[in-house]
Amino acid sequence: MNLAIITITMRREAIMSEPTNSRRPPLVTGDKSLGDVTRDICAPMDARPSGLWWAAFSVSLVALLVGVAAVWYQIATGIGTWGLNKTVGWGFDITNFVFWVGIGHAGTLISAVLFLFRQKWRTAVNRSAEAMTLFAVMCAGIFPLIHMGRTWLAYWMIPYPNTRGSLWVNFKSPLLWDVFAISTYLLISAVFWYVGLIPDLATIRDRSQPGWRKRITSFLSLGWDGSARTWHRYETVYMLLAGLATPLVFSVHTIVSMDFATSVIPGWHTTIFPPYFVAGAIFSGLAMVITLMIIARKTMHLEDYVTMKHIERMSLLMLSMGCIVGLAYGTEFFMALYSGNPYEQFVFKNRALGPMSWAYWTMVTCNVLVPQFLWIKKVRTTLPLVFVIVILVNVGMWFERFVIIVTSLHRDFLPSSWAHYVPTSIEIATFIGSFGLFFTCFLLFCRIAPAIAIAEVKGAAHLKKRGSTTTPVEEQAA
Amino acid sequence: MSDRVLLASFDHEDDLLAATEAVRQKGWRILDAFTPYAVHGLDHAMGLKPSRLTWVCFICGMTGALGMLWFEHWTASITWPIDVGGKPWNSLPSDVPVAFEAAVLLAGFGSVFALFGVSRLWPGKKPKVVYPRATDDRFVLVIDEADAAFDVPSAERFLQEFNVVETMERTQ
Repeated sequence: MNLAIITITMRREAIMSEPTNSRRPPLVTGDKSLGDVTRDICAPMDARPSGLWWAAFSVSLVALLVGVAAVWYQIATGIGTWGLNKTVGWGFDITNFVFWVGIGHAGTLISAVLFLFRQKWRTAVNRSAEAMTLFAVMCAGIFPLIHMGRTWLAYWMIPYPNTRGSLWVNFKSPLLWDVFAISTYLLISAVFWYVGLIPDLATIRDRSQPGWRKRITSFLSLGWDGSARTWHRYETVYMLLAGLATPLVFSVHTIVSMDFATSVIPGWHTTIFPPYFVAGAIFSGLAMVITLMIIARKTMHLEDYVTMKHIERMSLLMLSMGCIVGLAYGTEFFMALYSGNPYEQFVFKNRALGPMSWAYWTMVTCNVLVPQFLWIKKVRTTLPLVFVIVILVNVGMWFERFVIIVTSLHRDFLPSSWAHYVPTSIEIATFIGSFGLFFTCFLLFCRIAPAIAIAEVKGAAHLKKRGSTTTPVEEQAA
Repeated sequence: MSDRVLLASFDHEDDLLAATEAVRQKGWRILDAFTPYAVHGLDHAMGLKPSRLTWVCFICGMTGALGMLWFEHWTASITWPIDVGGKPWNSLPSDVPVAFEAAVLLAGFGSVFALFGVSRLWPGKKPKVVYPRATDDRFVLVIDEADAAFDVPSAERFLQEFNVVETMERTQ
């Protein structure tokens, strides 16, 4: 290319001044220029991993290996290695499946729903939240796969022409709807995440020295050059993906809830399940997003991007979801007692007062009572307190699924078949392994991709920082 | 006809937006602009038409929904009908969830691949590096010099009103 620089007319530092004419706090603090945003967000990728990162990564990797060994053993031996019996046919496996799918939902809420509502603050957290969705859905997918027992025949769930007839799958079964819902959710989340990454990969490509990183980002950034025409189409497609992901996320947990609600088990057979599950999913996911963001901002020094304001807003969102979940618990309980159906009434009395009441009350305490502290501004602006609350909500939401699944099953219609359920070491190891997979993936993601959407932060933060040609004082006067 | 272009770079989106509108009013042809993020209002300033990718999305979504509805109907009621809980073979409500998922899947992938096709993006494509800092902190306007009346020094003087940081000429 023939390049001829004719003249350099003038240079000016593009320091984006703090907006003084707005009552809202800035999305990015610390007087950043556009170049600073690129530098700060890419800094953790340029630096060597810290000791803290290695420590966390080692622990996660060990947990993952424990999980791999457990999964290997139970596939080789059979699911008789689990604590399930003929009364309690679903235990840790489906509890963990619903738990992980739920975690994923907050990622889509932040990346798609808040995008449609034009919530600019989402830009600081959406990349990590989407990554979290992706990894959580991967973790979730493991449990139904191993629950099949003959995992190697998993492809039987796909309707393909076969030599048995063709014998097709049963499209009337919610379990099959789940197969389609979860796989669509995983694929669309992956595409949404990748499309969002393309401009940032180009930014990294253009600032990298020749080497493996430049080669990889050149390949993956698809020749992105920041052309306004491409941006114009890109924005359209991004909006479309957000519009598609929003009903998708609601459909996924609705279908997960139908796995239960379409059965005739007392405690499961209720119409409240779809909205109750969706609210619970977003609630648990927000708790996990906040957990991850508190860790990420601290370890990667991103305090100027993920500010206290972000944590506070997510806490408030979580609080509102927690209240919906609390309302759902109350409604569910009331409807059971009011139904006049002795089996429904028994299941709910058994939940609150039976042998597993400790799990029920853990759930109520962690999900309904503990989040109420977030009404107090002092609490939701104190990081250690927020951290404790979100961890408790994570625990509580896991117990919610455990309570729904196990307490509804263990004392069924016939007292002679009542049984107890205790997970075996293999089930616990698999659960630990899923956390290992999740955190290993997330820690690797923090190292190899920008944890914050660079282009989106620049676009959103800039909105409030029009100050290059006029000073804020002049703007106010105007 | 000349294939020379004038690149003008700015370090603020407001300057780029103002310059784009002024340049278009002058009648000069804007070939493209390169920005580190999606600058809102730039499509209007450049006179870009709304993207037709929404139609691709709609058509793909409808194909997914109708295709899957037909497939579910064909497998469950025609080629091998199986009685499930006494429900009718052609029970439409139970076909809806999977048809919806198929619609979303096809619409999502369809629009993304259409974007890649229309914008000529593919893995490993060599980027046409117009201005390296355009993916970092600069906003670049590319003006066509083909017009016989186009005079570079006066254009540069004109752009200075919009706080242009740097101008350079290039051959396409």
